[in-house]
Amino acid sequence: MQTFSKMLSITALTASLAFGMASGAAAAPKTDFKVAWSIYVGWMPWGYASDHGIVKKWADKYNIKIEVTQFNDYVESMNQYTAGAFDAVTLTNMDGLSIPAAGGVDTTAVIVGDFSNGNDAVILKDKATLADVKGQNVNLVEFSVSHYLLARALETVGLSEKDLKVVNTADPDMVGAFQTADVTAMVTWNPMVAEIVALPGAHKVFDSSQIPGEIIDLMVANSDVLKDNPNFGKALAGIWYETAALMTADNAEGKAAREAMGKASGTDLAGFEAQIAATKLFDKPADAVAFTSSTSLPKTMDLVRNFLFEKGLLGSGAASADVIGIEMPDGKVLGDSGNVKLRFTEVYMKAAADGSL
Amino acid sequence: MRWINTKPSRGAQLALMLLPFVLLIAAYTAGSAARLAENANDKLLPSLAGFTEAINRLAFLPDARTGDYLLWSDTAASLIRLFAGLGISTLTALLIGMVIGMLPYLRALLAPFVAVISMVPPLALLPILFIVMGLGETSKIALIVIGVAPTMIRDLALKALELPREQIVKAETLGGSSWQIALRVVLPQILPRLITCVRLQLGPAWLFLIAAEAISSDSGLGYRIFLVRRYLSMDVIFPYVVWITLLAVLTNFILDRIRIAVFPWSELEKQG
Repeated sequence: MQTFSKMLSITALTASLAFGMASGAAAAPKTDFKVAWSIYVGWMPWGYASDHGIVKKWADKYNIKIEVTQFNDYVESMNQYTAGAFDAVTLTNMDGLSIPAAGGVDTTAVIVGDFSNGNDAVILKDKATLADVKGQNVNLVEFSVSHYLLARALETVGLSEKDLKVVNTADPDMVGAFQTADVTAMVTWNPMVAEIVALPGAHKVFDSSQIPGEIIDLMVANSDVLKDNPNFGKALAGIWYETAALMTADNAEGKAAREAMGKASGTDLAGFEAQIAATKLFDKPADAVAFTSSTSLPKTMDLVRNFLFEKGLLGSGAASADVIGIEMPDGKVLGDSGNVKLRFTEVYMKAAADGSL
Repeated sequence: MRWINTKPSRGAQLALMLLPFVLLIAAYTAGSAARLAENANDKLLPSLAGFTEAINRLAFLPDARTGDYLLWSDTAASLIRLFAGLGISTLTALLIGMVIGMLPYLRALLAPFVAVISMVPPLALLPILFIVMGLGETSKIALIVIGVAPTMIRDLALKALELPREQIVKAETLGGSSWQIALRVVLPQILPRLITCVRLQLGPAWLFLIAAEAISSDSGLGYRIFLVRRYLSMDVIFPYVVWITLLAVLTNFILDRIRIAVFPWSELEKQG
């Protein structure tokens, strides 16, 4: 019994130590920030900015340090952010809601970088219309934006997920899998889409340009960190718009930047430009502000949260899609206003548009 | 009194056996409480109540989407693949292991080949398997067979070679043919080793199974872990890991009991 009570006190001590350390860390002044990103056409500027001194330039301007880390695994980058190892990360609106926000990490979208305008697609083998997907096995990354795209596609032809069978398949294996006999339907994203539609018998029957503005790529940051350090948000906006302007510039410098980004993402200049064409990139901050404060964003987020809720991805105890509050730039909250975990703001993009960074 | 001669009493032995487990759970509970105090929705180290809730949901409530009891349907899917893979490997290993061990011509033909094949890292072959055999069950079972069979073949061939030469000679003087010697002298003596061999390959077999399920599947224990990994659902992952461990420990124990029950002499030899 004595040993037991001793063990209890050791446990209590460890717990109090861990707790004390955690609260101490939050209170310390912050000058070093960590940003994670992964390979995707709309996020390549982060890698380019980091390699070409643009990150350092803006960090120096605000007297902070920003460390940019590339992840080869998108899911891992989000998990690391959610666990607290990074202050900011690149992710989609859907994953932002289901991973950090549902994990209780209050997250703010600092930059709305682009939306998928054809980069995600439903592809059938030897069949030419979407309705033919009925009864087939569909290979996709389950619970990803591909899954969401499929659900939205099925709605347009009056089908539901019950009419087919979803097979979870890892994204690096998509192109190889499509060439095996038993795979007949697939939902995936670029650069895989481009490779798959080039194969014989492949037909693109639905893509994200048919639901424009619903699959949004963001740079998000931890809301508490951002609140205490608004300069971090401003630096991120500065980095993004300088690099995006370079990326879309119609001159030799812009071409060199696109070529470098294409190379870094495993393709060439032509391949990368084709991907940019299937992406609505917000290279001008005013466009991003207009998109973020438009009335279509709350509608999109409502579709997304209902999809996530139906799949049980807002937490097992979630009673309805309202469990997590999503704050819009105008202050209106979608869902529970007492549990706001995902915030959209145009503050930083507007500062860039006004030239007040 | 020397250290090497001090033995724990039965009670102390039990306490010592449980100690690492208790410490692990205590450390986990403390860490989990600390993280949850900071963020009640933290998913990294869920509380024990969170585990209970997740286990209840997976094992005793039908899934809203498919109506299956997920833990059981996943377990069934995985065990079928695992035992199919191990079964094929065991039969192949017994057959090829014995011929390599007994017949010099076939040894010359097969032994170096098997030795080289056993060095191919099976996971590196996975992309090829998926393209050649498709994403279905065949490629998953094939991965397990490729992963464990060569090692088992080599182990059994060695065991067959280790049999005392005198035994074989004696059987020959009694007029035994190659076939009779195989069935009556070699086979009974390597069967206990075969069971042990399967036990030792349980770990690798699970590894290959989970790797295959992670890439493409619609059910299975590895599939579920890699699916919910996306959502940091440690409340599902930890119980699944414990469950897999438990299944492996149980299979290991049962196989060992079977060996002792069927071949009691193999246990005597060990004690001797």
